This record gives sequence, structure tokens and C-alpha cells, in this order.
Amino acid sequence: MKYEDWNKISRIASRKSLWVLHFCTGCGAIELPPVMTSRYDMERFGMGPMATPRQADVLLITGYLTVKTLKRVVNVYEQMQSPKYVISFGSCPINGGMYWDSYNTVKRLDRYLPVDVYVGGCMPRPEGVMNAFLKLMELIDEGKARGWEKYQKYYEQYKRNQKMAFNFGGEENEGA
Amino acid sequence: MVITKIAIIALYTTAAMFVGILFMGIGRKIVARVHNRVGPPVYQGFIDIAKLLTKKTNISHGWIYDLALLFSITGIILTILFLPIGGVKLLSMEGDAFLVLYLLAIPALGFALGAGASGNPNAAIGVMRALVMMLSYELPFVVTLIALMIYYDTSSIAQIVEMQRARWAIMIPPFVLAAAVADMALQGMLMEAPFDIPIAPHEIASGPMAEFGGKHLGTLMIYKAGTIVAYTTLFVDLFLGGGVVMYDGSLLAHIANFAVWFVLIFIVFTLSLLINTSFPRFRIEQAFKFYWKYEALLAFISLIWVYLVVIS
Repeated sequence: MKYEDWNKISRIASRKSLWVLHFCTGCGAIELPPVMTSRYDMERFGMGPMATPRQADVLLITGYLTVKTLKRVVNVYEQMQSPKYVISFGSCPINGGMYWDSYNTVKRLDRYLPVDVYVGGCMPRPEGVMNAFLKLMELIDEGKARGWEKYQKYYEQYKRNQKMAFNFGGEENEGA
Repeated sequence: MVITKIAIIALYTTAAMFVGILFMGIGRKIVARVHNRVGPPVYQGFIDIAKLLTKKTNISHGWIYDLALLFSITGIILTILFLPIGGVKLLSMEGDAFLVLYLLAIPALGFALGAGASGNPNAAIGVMRALVMMLSYELPFVVTLIALMIYYDTSSIAQIVEMQRARWAIMIPPFVLAAAVADMALQGMLMEAPFDIPIAPHEIASGPMAEFGGKHLGTLMIYKAGTIVAYTTLFVDLFLGGGVVMYDGSLLAHIANFAVWFVLIFIVFTLSLLINTSFPRFRIEQAFKFYWKYEALLAFISLIWVYLVVIS
């Protein structure tokens, strides 16, 4: 068997069994119970909530992150086993959302972590969350969900950005 | 001859693991239907294990952490070999009921060793709880096993299966009580609610499994699949005649016996899952009290009842 074939099997298996770890600091956490329980039932796609980062494949960032929680998110992300994916909920991780002028909120998450799928909205409805999961499965199937490889490749840049945020707070260094 | 024996043993253990992995998927489906959900496909267990085994990175916490999983899997395979599956006994001897009791402790201890080597405090709490649970459920279970041994006058599981040819043990009045006790002990062995204290996901972050990921977790899931088959088969062997319905040793008899064995362990497993979905979790001291106060009392009553039946 060729290496590509193994990769394909691995992709099929990981697409059909995504275990999620929800980092519930923002308001998106409340959208997850309907997604998990009988109304939308994400387990029919083989997804399920996991208790620790070591076991999980997908990290859900459910809303805004402060500089303080960003440290924990980076810790959690680095504990996960590759291939790993990140889904960010709502407009806060995209551009700050309603916290656009806050002194302490991380405005653009993808400067610090490689995000594979964004769900827009404030907050996204459970349909939107389900849609994001399906989109992630599609991307994995096509081999396009390569956030974890990007993180390995541009590790120095990500670390520099993270350090910048930890040391000086906020994101005054837009050009970096 | 030896090679044939090894091939047969490899075939049986692989088949047993396959059945266990299938049961994990079926179990999730049943739980989902109880919750009024659609649930994953029944082959979800295979997909999960394939995903975990094809993970690109694996973090190890030292050689004890790596080898403890092999220790567990070896223990569970050995247990399966000593249990007659569908009447076929691969390894069997006089007194293997005691041996199985010891063997059942080995995989759990290996698991505890691996969890301890991971150094996670949640894992340490989980291991402590698992050991207390083992201490709790083994007393009523051993008492029911002794009741069976007294009634059938043998300490070999294969013999007990053989002697249930006329009627299953569960059809004899004192063993109805004993089977109820053993079923609750089985609930603890399978770590299903109300006795899922060691792996409580929301309390101690899945306990001993907290640091397991990637290929290690995949191996652990195979081990878990083995435990499902081993424990349910033990119950079926002791109380439901091991699923043996035909005795002439032909191919048809083998197929029929395996089919009945499969249905019986499925029923036992489903019962355990339905109890699991109906009850919340005990605290550890409540579980201990449950086993040593009520279950042990019932077990001793059944033991005395069996003794009176035997001497009269």
C-alpha cells in the first residue's frame, strides 16, 4: 500500500469520528447542548464530547478570548494529538465582535492559533454549528484542513505573536 | 498441532475483540435511542479505533506507560481464553474459576499502572476509585461463585457450563437471587452507571484515561472491547449455560452455539446499558456500602439457600 492510500484511510477515519473538546469561555457554550442532545444530535456523525485535550481532535473556541484565557487555549491546543482542528464560534474570534475596542480581548484568533473553520454570527445558531462541523468534515475529506501542519511550519511566528499578546496585552502590533 | 492450537487461539481472541468493538458501537446506538437520538452507526467503534491508531503524533510518558497497556491486553486475552465461549474451551483445568478471579484483576491493575505512570492527578484519583470498586464488587461476586461451586460440586467453569445442560442455573430458585447479585457486580466490572465512578468524565476528566491519546487510547479501546466480551461471557457461562444448545460437536452445532452465545451476551450487555442510562452516579462510599451491605447480604442468603438445597 502506498503512503497516500494510508493517508486517505486516516482521513476517512478521522472525518467520521471527530471528538470535540469545548473550551467554553464565551457565550457559544450555550449553543452546544442542543447540538449534542436529541434536537440536533451530533453523535450521528460519530462526534462526541471528550473530557481531556489528549483524547480530542477538534478544539471548539466558543466565543471571545481574553489574553488570560488565550494562554490556556494555547496550552490546551499544544496538548492535543495531531491531526487536530480548531473551530471558532461567533464573530469575536474573527474581528473582536462587540469587544472590538476592548483593551483585554483577543481580536483575531488566527494570529495565535490556526483556525480551520469559522462560524459567523453573534452567536451562531445550532444549525450554523452543525453546518460548521459538516464543512470541517468536507475539508478533512479533501485534505484541506491543514491547520495543524501550518502551526508546525510557522511555529516561530505563532509563538512571537502569542508572546506579544501575553507581554503587552491586546493587539497593538497589527503589522506583525 | 501446536501451530493449529496457536492459530485457533489467535482466531478466537481476534473474533472476541471484533465482537467487543461491535458491541461498543451497538451500545452507543442503544444509549442514543434511549435518549431519543439517532446515534452513531453500529460500526462506529471500528472507525474510532482506526482514527486513533492512525494519529500522527503520540505522546508517551515513559516505558511503564507504554507497556502497561500491553499488560492489560495480555491479561484480558488470557481471561477470554479461560472462559468457554459457546461451549468451546480453549484453555481449561480444574479450579479455573479461582484462576479467572485472579486474571480479572490483572488487566485492571495494568490499566492502573499505565494511568499512574501518566502522572495526572485525575488519573490517580480514578485509579484509587477503581481499586475501591474492585474491592467492593468482588465480595458479592465471589460469594455467588462459591454458591455455584457448592451446587455443582466443581471449581471449573467448563464443568459448570457442562452441568447446566439439563437446565440453566438461573432457572434454579436460589440462583435467581445470585444472578441478580452477580448482574449488579457485572455493572461495576463494566464500569457502567451507577458505578461509573472511576471514569466519571465530568468529575475527574475521565479518570485513568485522562492522559491517554492517539495510539495509546486506541489500544485502550481495544482493551475495553475485550473486557466487555470477557465479563458478559463470564456471566453467561455461570448462569445462562454458556449459550450451549447443541452438543454433537458438528459444524452446525458450533454455529448454533456461537449464535446463542452472541444473543445471550448481547442481552446481558443491553440490560447493563439500560441500567446505565436509567441511573445517575453513586459516590464511591455509596457504591461500597451498596455492595458490602445489600449485595453481600443477598449473596450470603443465596449461599445459605443453596447449601440447604444441596444438603436436603
